[in-house]
Amino acid sequence: MKPAPFTYHRPESRAEVDALKAELGSEAKILAGGQSLIPIMNMRLSSPAHLIDLNHLHDEGAEPVLDGGCVTVGPLVRQSSAERSALVAKRVPLLAETMEFVAHPAIRNRGTVVGSIAHADPAAELPALLAVLRGEVVARSSAGPRTIPAGDCFIGPLENSLEDTEWLEEVRWPVAGDDQGFAFEEFARRSGDYALCGVAAMATRAGTTTTVALGYLGMGDVPVCIEFSLDAAALASTELEDAVAEVVEGHLDPGEDIHATVAFRSHLARRLGIKAARRAAANAGERGAA
Amino acid sequence: MALNPGESTRIELTVNSVAHQVDVEARWLLSDVLRHTIGLTGTHVGCEHGVCGCCTVLIDGEPARSCLMFAVQADGAAITTVEGLAASDGELHPLQESFKTHHGLQCGYCTPGFLMTALPIYKQALEMSDEELRRAISGQLCRCTGYAGILEAIRGAAGIERSRVGDGS
Repeated sequence: MKPAPFTYHRPESRAEVDALKAELGSEAKILAGGQSLIPIMNMRLSSPAHLIDLNHLHDEGAEPVLDGGCVTVGPLVRQSSAERSALVAKRVPLLAETMEFVAHPAIRNRGTVVGSIAHADPAAELPALLAVLRGEVVARSSAGPRTIPAGDCFIGPLENSLEDTEWLEEVRWPVAGDDQGFAFEEFARRSGDYALCGVAAMATRAGTTTTVALGYLGMGDVPVCIEFSLDAAALASTELEDAVAEVVEGHLDPGEDIHATVAFRSHLARRLGIKAARRAAANAGERGAA
Repeated sequence: MALNPGESTRIELTVNSVAHQVDVEARWLLSDVLRHTIGLTGTHVGCEHGVCGCCTVLIDGEPARSCLMFAVQADGAAITTVEGLAASDGELHPLQESFKTHHGLQCGYCTPGFLMTALPIYKQALEMSDEELRRAISGQLCRCTGYAGILEAIRGAAGIERSRVGDGS
């Protein structure tokens, strides 16, 4: 369980990273927290020829910051910083609620938010969150920055839509509106394990109608996001259950393995989806009234 | 800087307040450098992919997996391992004393990871709910005693700490 040899690069500025990626392309992987990359290197599932360590970049922020309508997270913001951030708690409550489901405290002390998005694991929490919140990522290269909506960011398991010369410098989380509510639910065999199924819900109120967006993790090759609208009475009735069942049957593609059957995963997707949708809608009521 | 395969570079690690200068290759894990190069074998290596928690040490005061970090990345860092817990006269740290009293270990393989994970939080453990405390140590696996004794041990350490301070010893 030791990684294969590689060349280690320690740039001190984002421009130096651009130059290295321009020269080395897909041969070079970015090392930030390393909490996903180093395990797969230890298991020799990946043996990149070059690692570009971002940890010595100068003048990089360690905390999420407010920038217009988004909370932005730079490449060295640890997951534990996002978890403890008062700004995130206030402005992106879904992210604050979900952080404790991401691995374990000691992993979150090193792992980065941007790294989790770049890793594009369909079973991870943060990509599903970014998709349901309709956030964005900023990729950069020596040609300049490029903004990519979350919906175009994830194209397959562990595969993002970046070019070989690009790397992720920022993730942008939209600030919650007063008419919105959120909830996250997941089921895992052990705390901190990859969930058998998870779902993030965003409910947006407009008059008597509530639009619910559900973002599922672990239910396909990429995070799956589906939206539907219901009135208040329907949300409390079996109409919601029917709407979620339709999402599960029509759009999700759960796999079968030693941990769970397709039927069990689909059952979880229905129950967790209903629970998350109801709680998000109730939170939207509270935020709207506050 | 760039470090090619097979080449070494000199890094500086402060481990348990002692400065070490060691030559490391880029692919050497911090866990291996602590054990093989510096000779501190108290940090145990279990799964080597971040799941079991045995290799947890404090890096600049925060628990982290030493198997999920290259030693070259820790250049300049202050690291605390289980060897840094007991006093120089051999007096056990309150956590160590309490793990012994409350049967918080059996084979002892996972114990260094539990101790280092508990170190930053044990003083607040008496005020934490069972669920909060279980969550805080959820990244550590024990395959022999189970976790009840470990929870008691962490809470007990806070009491030992208070009584020692009370004694003025």
